Amino acid sequence: MSGRVLVGVKRVIDYAVKIRVKPDKTGVVTDGVKHSMNPFCEIAVEEAVRLREKKLMKEVIAVSCGPQQCQETIRTALAMGADRGIHVEVSGKDYENLGPLQVSKIMAALAKKEEASLVIVGKQAIDGDCNQTGQMTAALLDWPQGTFASEVSVDGDGLKVEREIDGGLESVRIKMPAVVTTDLRLNEPRYATLPNIMKAKKKKIASVKPADLGVELTSRLEILAVEDPPQRQSGVKVEHLVEDCPVASPSTLGIEVGGVLCCRGGTCLSSQYTVITAGLD
Amino acid sequence: MANPLRSEVVRLYKNLLYLGREYPKGADYFKDRLKMAFLKNKGVTDPEKIKELIGRGEYVIKELEALYYLRKYRAMKQRYYEEGKKE
Repeated sequence: MSGRVLVGVKRVIDYAVKIRVKPDKTGVVTDGVKHSMNPFCEIAVEEAVRLREKKLMKEVIAVSCGPQQCQETIRTALAMGADRGIHVEVSGKDYENLGPLQVSKIMAALAKKEEASLVIVGKQAIDGDCNQTGQMTAALLDWPQGTFASEVSVDGDGLKVEREIDGGLESVRIKMPAVVTTDLRLNEPRYATLPNIMKAKKKKIASVKPADLGVELTSRLEILAVEDPPQRQSGVKVEHLVEDCPVASPSTLGIEVGGVLCCRGGTCLSSQYTVITAGLD
Repeated sequence: MANPLRSEVVRLYKNLLYLGREYPKGADYFKDRLKMAFLKNKGVTDPEKIKELIGRGEYVIKELEALYYLRKYRAMKQRYYEEGKKE
């Protein structure tokens, strides 16, 4: 076991930015827009660094695929504690078509090349929301996977992973080398403060081309259109006295708006309407 | 200002300025208030007092980090996890 952890980090539009669709519907406006590391990737980096701090792993390598600006994202990962970075150069049309399949081929090639024991990635990116890269990487490597991890611990020559699933938690034990995808509750990522960023400037970022890894980037998907979601209906202020409400009886305290029973006791369940209920204690 | 403490104060200011870039009300808003807060204490010479003020500044750094983390966590939770789902 080499004790090397490969962490994938993605540069995405900052979570707090209001997204605007391009007028030609080919995509989203990215020029001049604030970008940062995908929040789930931050959790992945934090987990990898914690494993190394506990001396369960020896080295953390941060990987990002994309244009020159991805180096900023790798620098953030280095500031959080990663030991070195690898920037896989992908730009232009290739970058526009870069999806989970291509990234997972790259991650698999790098995991073999660096002889990693563990690959940690975020469960999904807040721009693509694919939730596929980790799983595909594991499949390409024929490694076990612990996805939606809310807790990871080393158990002998394997890992014990608590997975967040519908209806609760699932515990799995997987042998290493393995792939883990991080869920929100796994940890609280540290902030990359200025002193850490300064220290990280000494760490190396290697540049690699997909061709060097033997990866072909052609995509089988074509984006047809990108559109805004349908407009939310504007709110309607409804004033009711329980006695006046056509549907509610004092026992149900329900209020019907537009033929749908949508609120109880003054709180609109569908959050579409503002309900003022006078006369209800 | 006492000489060895001067570099500490400058370092604190730079760190706070860096953190302020992500401030929800805007980086400029933060920068103005940061400047005012530091200028207000320009004349302090007592090293003990200065250390106390630096400590307060470091406390603000921790508060900001917590604020940023909470904002992000809450946004992710709201977007990706159903209302009423078990914590």
